[in-house]
Amino acid sequence: MAVPAEIKKNSETVWELPVTFRKGMRVPARIYATEKLLKEMDDTVFEQAANVAKLPGILKYSYCMPDGHWGYGFPIGGVAAMDAETGVISPGGIGFDINCGMRLVATNLTHDQIRSHVTELVDRLFRQIPCGVGGKGFVKISKNEFKRVVEQGAPWCVAQGYGWQEDLERTEEGGCMAGADVSKVSEHAIERGFHQLGTLGSGNHYLEIQVAKPENIFDKDLAAQFGITKPDQIVVMFHCGSRGFGHQVATDYLQIFLKVMRSKYGLEVEDRELACAPFHSPEGQDYFKAMKCAVNMAFANRQVILHRIREVFAEVLGKTPQELGMHQIYDVAHNIAKLEEHVIDGKKRKVLVHRKGSTRAFGPGMEGIPGIYRKTGQPVIIGGSMETGSYLLAGVEGSKETFCSTAHGSGRTMSRRKAREMFQGRKLQDDMRKRGIYVHTASYAGLAEEAGSAYKSIDDVTAATEMAGISRRVARFVPIGNVKG
Amino acid sequence: MPYHYLDDVAIADIAFEAYGESKEEMFIAASDALMNVMVEDLVTITERLWREISVESENLEMLLFQFLQELIYYKDAEQLLLRVARLRFKEQKGGWTVIARAYGETLDPRKHPLNVDVKAVTMHQFAVSEDQGQWRARVVLDI
Repeated sequence: MAVPAEIKKNSETVWELPVTFRKGMRVPARIYATEKLLKEMDDTVFEQAANVAKLPGILKYSYCMPDGHWGYGFPIGGVAAMDAETGVISPGGIGFDINCGMRLVATNLTHDQIRSHVTELVDRLFRQIPCGVGGKGFVKISKNEFKRVVEQGAPWCVAQGYGWQEDLERTEEGGCMAGADVSKVSEHAIERGFHQLGTLGSGNHYLEIQVAKPENIFDKDLAAQFGITKPDQIVVMFHCGSRGFGHQVATDYLQIFLKVMRSKYGLEVEDRELACAPFHSPEGQDYFKAMKCAVNMAFANRQVILHRIREVFAEVLGKTPQELGMHQIYDVAHNIAKLEEHVIDGKKRKVLVHRKGSTRAFGPGMEGIPGIYRKTGQPVIIGGSMETGSYLLAGVEGSKETFCSTAHGSGRTMSRRKAREMFQGRKLQDDMRKRGIYVHTASYAGLAEEAGSAYKSIDDVTAATEMAGISRRVARFVPIGNVKG
Repeated sequence: MPYHYLDDVAIADIAFEAYGESKEEMFIAASDALMNVMVEDLVTITERLWREISVESENLEMLLFQFLQELIYYKDAEQLLLRVARLRFKEQKGGWTVIARAYGETLDPRKHPLNVDVKAVTMHQFAVSEDQGQWRARVVLDI
């Protein structure tokens, strides 16, 4: 791994590749990382950030967050804002798992109160929320009903009794991106997705019971405003997306864009995974409307999973979810493109922000975050590896530097196959149990691939976002129970 | 196994190379390589039912891309794990068609040792080539 010699150090946490780094770059690329994290990045990150910088309509910089690593087209951790009038939209800037994201739920329980229930909670969660290869969810609906789900998102779920009204207010976009149009989605996508509502998926998707230890609270006031109020408080965090539905939408439009990109629009890209179309072209608009359906499917998926979690906690602990204080703290998307208003060179402009493995991090006072968080800044949920821990951050004013974007997770440093050679699933499960983390997995091989050592340090990543002034740390959570897809 | 997995191509995902002495063999090898990412032991997939899979594309490369994508589709839409038994190609003006017969059964975690799910076939370094009768495909899967 070698950092390019052309890279310029702007500060301890901001590194810049000038437009002269690669022919055709329209803007410089900016990598947000400490020197240590920068050196851990694979070479491809720099090439991919440079390739993104060549896309038509890109504004200011092609960004990469501290958890950046190799991706398809865009690096994971990549952020690019395109001029809404002249720029392009690229499925490669969003990812195959559209609206892959994180949801965080509070409880009023402490670790001591549930210590003897963790195994039962995890085992029941594992049964109630299918995970792993394939998998059918508990919500049985027709294809026609599913079409309503993808246009309406999480509000559909709440109307069916899967959740609380306040959950919607505490979800990015209110759990529904307006303008979703299912006529722009293929039958294949519907057929892949319509029975997957309420499933976690596999790979790095997980559901965890976590503890907020007092020594891991970075900002007591802010933590309290987000609902973390007592020592050793229990929270539930989970990571999943739009399942086969979103993957198919991405695959379908990747092929459509490859067909028209050069012949119809004269666009050339370095990598087929950067296939794109002008945002205002019929293909670009169709993809945006289809993407919104996948975004809504993911919000709905996380909404019904939340409902299931509340049911399990209520059954095991003999109290209602309300009595257990199971309020959702927030839900964030980290694979998405959104039309947002940002100030560029003193002028407010509408831009299409691609965030791929990056989380929106609106600072205090910004529109688009719910009233309860208007003063605190938007909660940002960062998922770590199953062995180490995860974070709750808050958006800050300084995130305007990165079109209000920050990191999304820890980022892999070791390949899946290498991890399987180095770790054994069953042994890892035993070792984790001894350290107080009970894991129930759909696949031991899959478990080995997710070993903590295969990831960057989540502490380094979140610290880097704070040093760079694009978000701040509020609390760190350590896992005690994990459902692994 | 006429395929092997590549370590250094995809950190977060899985890449493989599949080969054969004909494009038929190579397509079958690539199908097994894909299925083997999800199911640890392919022998556990027994012949309970058959599906005909037919895909058209403008060139052989995109034909393989869409063919593999179709196997992922059956895994999600019908919960089917499939292995390709035989296939034939048709070349006509403007492209290729492949018609395959695949056997398999409904996914059952008690019977099939499952590994990780595949989200999609990617275009990253995707390539199909032929050299002196040796066919080769390079595929990176999104996990």
